[in-house]
Amino acid sequence: MAEPNPGTDSQAVSAPADAPDPTGGATGPSKPRPSVRTKTPSRTGDRVFSGLSATVAVLMAVLVVVIFAFLVKSAIPALSANQANFFTTRTWSTDGDPIKFGIAALFWTTAISSVIALLIAVPLAIGIALFITQMAPRRLAGPVAFVVDLLAAVPSIIFGLWGSIVLAQAGFLEWIRSALIAVLGWIPIFSETPSWTDPSGTVFLASIVLAIMILPIITATSRDVMAQTPRDQIEASLALGATRWEVIKMAVLPHARSGIISGSMLGLGRALGETLAVTLILQQVSQMQLRRVFDPSIFTGGDTFASKIARDFPEALNDPQSLGALVASGLALFVITFFVNGAARMIAERGVKR
Amino acid sequence: MAKRIEVKDLNIFYGDFHAVEGVELTVEPRTVTAFIGPSGCGKSTVLRTLNRMHEVIPGAYCTGQVLLDGTDLYGKGIDPVAVRHTVGMVFQRANPFPAMSIRDNVVAGLRLTGAKNKKALDEVAEHALRGANLWGEVKDRLDRSGASLSGGQQQRLCIARAIAVQPEVLLMDEPCSALDPISTLAIEDLINELKEEFTVVIVTHNMQQAARVSDRTAFFNLKAQGEPGHLVEIDSTEKIFSNPSQKATEDYISGRFG
Amino acid sequence: MSSTSDNGSVITSLELTKPSGPRLARNGCVSVFMVFATVLAVAPLVWVLWSAISKGIGSMLRASWWTNAMDSADQAKWGALHAIVGTIQIGLITAVISVPIALLTAIYLVEYARGTKMARVVSFAVDVLTGVPSIVAALFIFALVVTTFGGHQSAWAASLALVILMVPTVLRSTEEMLKLVPDSLREASFALGITKWRTIVSVVLPTSISGIATGIMLGLARVMGETAPLILLLQFNQYFTVNPNTPTFATLPTIISNAYTQGSADTPTVWGAALTLIVLVMGLNIIAKSISRRYLRRMGK
Repeated sequence: MAEPNPGTDSQAVSAPADAPDPTGGATGPSKPRPSVRTKTPSRTGDRVFSGLSATVAVLMAVLVVVIFAFLVKSAIPALSANQANFFTTRTWSTDGDPIKFGIAALFWTTAISSVIALLIAVPLAIGIALFITQMAPRRLAGPVAFVVDLLAAVPSIIFGLWGSIVLAQAGFLEWIRSALIAVLGWIPIFSETPSWTDPSGTVFLASIVLAIMILPIITATSRDVMAQTPRDQIEASLALGATRWEVIKMAVLPHARSGIISGSMLGLGRALGETLAVTLILQQVSQMQLRRVFDPSIFTGGDTFASKIARDFPEALNDPQSLGALVASGLALFVITFFVNGAARMIAERGVKR
Repeated sequence: MAKRIEVKDLNIFYGDFHAVEGVELTVEPRTVTAFIGPSGCGKSTVLRTLNRMHEVIPGAYCTGQVLLDGTDLYGKGIDPVAVRHTVGMVFQRANPFPAMSIRDNVVAGLRLTGAKNKKALDEVAEHALRGANLWGEVKDRLDRSGASLSGGQQQRLCIARAIAVQPEVLLMDEPCSALDPISTLAIEDLINELKEEFTVVIVTHNMQQAARVSDRTAFFNLKAQGEPGHLVEIDSTEKIFSNPSQKATEDYISGRFG
Repeated sequence: MSSTSDNGSVITSLELTKPSGPRLARNGCVSVFMVFATVLAVAPLVWVLWSAISKGIGSMLRASWWTNAMDSADQAKWGALHAIVGTIQIGLITAVISVPIALLTAIYLVEYARGTKMARVVSFAVDVLTGVPSIVAALFIFALVVTTFGGHQSAWAASLALVILMVPTVLRSTEEMLKLVPDSLREASFALGITKWRTIVSVVLPTSISGIATGIMLGLARVMGETAPLILLLQFNQYFTVNPNTPTFATLPTIISNAYTQGSADTPTVWGAALTLIVLVMGLNIIAKSISRRYLRRMGK
């Protein structure tokens, strides 16, 4: 057979340098390539690489367990020394002896601020997502989506700074506050609280800032599912003579429902754990006030799980009991966000299957 | 350097699904063998077992023997990576590596298995591109991305990439099905030249193509939907297309089904 | 058509003008709401940026902002150099630790374990990590480094907490990018007798590199703006230091949070730090997104 290839060069090339090649010298230079090699040079590379990536991946899974275990381990001493019911006590005193602390007030503030934020953000997010996917011309849709995404890029501490200094002074917020108290004041959540005469420092203000912060997440997930509305369903609606709103109602919203819900749950998870914005905005309520009466109003201050930890941590640093109590509240936050995010994922997956 | 392939009692599975059963065939060195048959008959599947590409798909495996000059490719201690170094493959859709230049694409099989001598690699690249009838068209833009070529050129680039490794056997899985007639002709001409040096096995949907390029033709069929595919017969291309010994082959060739 | 008669306006004759009044009104209301919602979303962004710029640009335009720390007796001469360097330093330490972990895990999930039970377990763990609040990650690192191993607060510890936040972000985007690489490229590589790890390193990763880089930059932007771990794992520092092992270490976000504990937040220094942080984080974001848009267009998505 003719060998048109430059024999020696191809020998140099085709036998890899690091090969423990058994046929290397056996057949001589006239034959450019060894027959089927029973051993390949670099399978060790494969073994190392796959082993390494598998190890790291497994460690990621282990990390979740380790995080949980460490939080539990650090919280147990304080929890067992706690003289009050951890779940139903509203006050928090960890500097005396015995220590008494509970998460009831933290839980309420965390939950109500996040839920109000969600109530504000979800309709807006749906509106924006509809605008981007169904209404805006292509040239406008891209930039609008970009700007809304950019909102997610603003660090949370900036929102805290802006919310506590700039937004708190905005006249229209005071106007909304008064209107809500006048119209819905009979509901305890919207009742006026003495000594809180303007929006600054209140749960109300924190909720508005949280709403702004979770808006991009909910918009992004809603936008994605809306954009995947089957073209033929939209056209079928249009062929029936439907207006834009009727198309949205008949085709887009039913299709996007699970995506909107799971996006909202993700937003809720984010709002529950948000730290800095809330810490800088909320003003604390005194322990005396907490002990006296339960005030569910959003027109008052308070602390969420995260803001309590961030605020009290520097003082708790060298006191194991106080630190343990904070870790216990962190653990509670971890468990809550775990279930909220889990629910979001389950809803999203069910949506995909359907 | 071309080698003979013998397939003995080959059964191929995708998990629980028995895709192909009982294939026995021989491919002579320095010939072109065409696999033809209706869609889903397993001809591409059989082709992929000849260089152990079949098992890349999760859950896929096969039983039986594939002998390359007497060495069982599925024997103990045989490394699939080494097998693929010896039995090259060209795919249905051209798939040059988009992140590499034309030159790097051609020598990828050598460079990524440890060859470093740049001068030697350049020579191999030129030789392979000449072998794939592409040198004249790309010699001035070897550093451009492979994606900048036309579809037919990309497919010839993939052929160059496959022969640069200097395999013994070259498998082609419907290499022209995504190409226009002129590019197809260029590749068919190329196949005729390649058999001077390599053993070529080509899967094709196009019976005229099988008749034009191959020395021997294997006809695959399946008894019914959901049944495993099987080899009906293999013979010289002339005989298959003029006077096949099986009725099913004749029906297929004459266009009565498939 | 029954769908139209529901609205009360039964079509009696052929009417090819416009839909009936109530339908049109409802459609109009909804359209107005969509525009209103969009404007309402853009407004806070503009407002936040405007506040930061108008209150912080003065500090940023002073040359001493870029050359001094906050160690001068005269507040007008304060600069943020120590905090800028600190923020970038912590960001880089975090990225250097996070990126290999995220890439290897993404490679495991996409290239090695696709569809296996183990992949589902790891993927679930990553989902959980994605949802871990930053303050919880910081508490965990504190419990690990300080309480358990007797270490102390430091930029290293802060970086470790940020790693927990960065890895899931980078991992998920890398995973998406690896999935975009067509299987035909992997097969082409295997068919050349190239080993799997070589295929991943030299074919799959280069093909998706700009998408992966985008994810890394977005993750970096996220952790650079993250503050909660810095509050728990660092103490504020007015002086310049590059030693990540000291408990006192300055960053841009902690200039702001520290001012709150001092009770004077509305100062030019604080807003200057805020604006500098915005420029840094949003700049990374915008660069990353423009890379990814060009990349996705090339991949035909």
